[in-house]
Amino acid sequence: MKIDWFTVIAQVLNFLILVWLLKKFLYKPILNAVNEREKKINDELREADAQKAAAEKEQDTFKNKNADFESKKSALLDKALADANIEKRQLITAARAAAKAIGSNMVKAFKKQQAQDKKEFTQNTQEQVFIITRKALKDIASVSIEKQTTVTFIKHLKVLSTKEKQEFLDAFKTNENAILVKSAFNLIAKQKKEITDAINELLNSKIVLQFKTVPELISGIELSTDGYKMAWSFSEYLNALQKKISTEIKEKDLPQTEKTTHAST
Amino acid sequence: MELSPDQTIFWEYGFITINLTLVTTWGIMLLLIVSAKLITRKLKTNIKISRWQCFLEMIVTGINQQIKEVGLNKPEEYIGFIGTLFLFIGVSNIGIIFPGYTPPTASLSTTAALALCVFLAVPFYGIGKHGVLGYLKSFLQPTWIMLPFNLIGEVSRTLALAVRLFGNVMSGGMIIAILLSISPFIFPVVMNLLGLLTGTVQAYIFSILATVYIAAAVRSGKEKNKTKEIITS
Repeated sequence: MKIDWFTVIAQVLNFLILVWLLKKFLYKPILNAVNEREKKINDELREADAQKAAAEKEQDTFKNKNADFESKKSALLDKALADANIEKRQLITAARAAAKAIGSNMVKAFKKQQAQDKKEFTQNTQEQVFIITRKALKDIASVSIEKQTTVTFIKHLKVLSTKEKQEFLDAFKTNENAILVKSAFNLIAKQKKEITDAINELLNSKIVLQFKTVPELISGIELSTDGYKMAWSFSEYLNALQKKISTEIKEKDLPQTEKTTHAST
Repeated sequence: MELSPDQTIFWEYGFITINLTLVTTWGIMLLLIVSAKLITRKLKTNIKISRWQCFLEMIVTGINQQIKEVGLNKPEEYIGFIGTLFLFIGVSNIGIIFPGYTPPTASLSTTAALALCVFLAVPFYGIGKHGVLGYLKSFLQPTWIMLPFNLIGEVSRTLALAVRLFGNVMSGGMIIAILLSISPFIFPVVMNLLGLLTGTVQAYIFSILATVYIAAAVRSGKEKNKTKEIITS
């Protein structure tokens, strides 16, 4: 166990050479690479931090913008709602007014239609009654309705009550105008003479009558001067009939309406 | 049985002797330098690196870290010396896994040479840091009476370094050689594994002690006083 001094010196030299070589080929390159990588990573981290800061700044900006947008949106929404409510009220008011006007028009139209229907109904009824009567008279008594109408009118003149007779005399005596005789059909000369005779007898004078055919009278004769009118026609009967029917309908409707009212209450 | 590889002589001319220790040392030197050159040839500075580069970086940064932890603030200045000590001793000792291999550290001449290097490195770094006078003054610390003890300490620790490494490595090799001749095949393998561990530990101890000695020389008198004050308070 001895120390070989040549080996010692050689090993010292070997070691120093190894230190130099490793420093050159190992430590320096490795440490440089490590430092460079650290620097690179630090740079990247710094850059990432900067980007993060920028992103946060941008995020804050967007947040603020969003908040601003939200508040504006809310305000606009509120305003829109208020406007919509006002518009809604206006529209409802207008619609109500329009509905009321339409309803009123409808009622008017309905009433007009009702009156028209009533008139038509009356006319038809009169015509039908006249046709039926004419046929009935012809079938039963072989008498024309025109002739019988004239007879009835003259008979009616003859059986006037005292009061009616007086009113008739007052009206025709004070009147200088010609007396007008309207009839629903054309009177023949005989009938005209009979009527003229009957009136002259009633007035105890000789007057000239004017004759005129008016189909609306429906088988009737009407005697008129200023302020007075005396007539006989089917219209009188029909009006009476109509009045009676109306009264009966009303009487029938009244209990039903009362029932409905009770039921609804 | 040869106790030291110094005794295996290949060529001799007077004082000059080429023995197994020197040849093995050159082989290890060649291995280290060629490996370093090959690996550092394609060094990358990206985040993705090769496995070998990563392995080397781990070793180098590990040594750097150890030097820093001992108290040397600029490890780049000392890694050349201390790192080479660790790598040379470590690779020398780990080579025992190859049959017929005798580590150069099993030679007292090698360990003495390494201890001598440490012995010379301590004043080299100390003078480099504080100048000749500043370094010599450290031997008079804490009082001039301590001068002989400091000098004895300086020499004895160098001797201890050399003998410790030599003793451990040589004894390990000897034990394996003896066991191979007397025991079954498996037992020397286990001892070999233990030898790997002790070899690495010895490399670590040698280099860390060298670092401590250099650090002690490099630290200034003021720093030493400060440390003293801290300890006494």
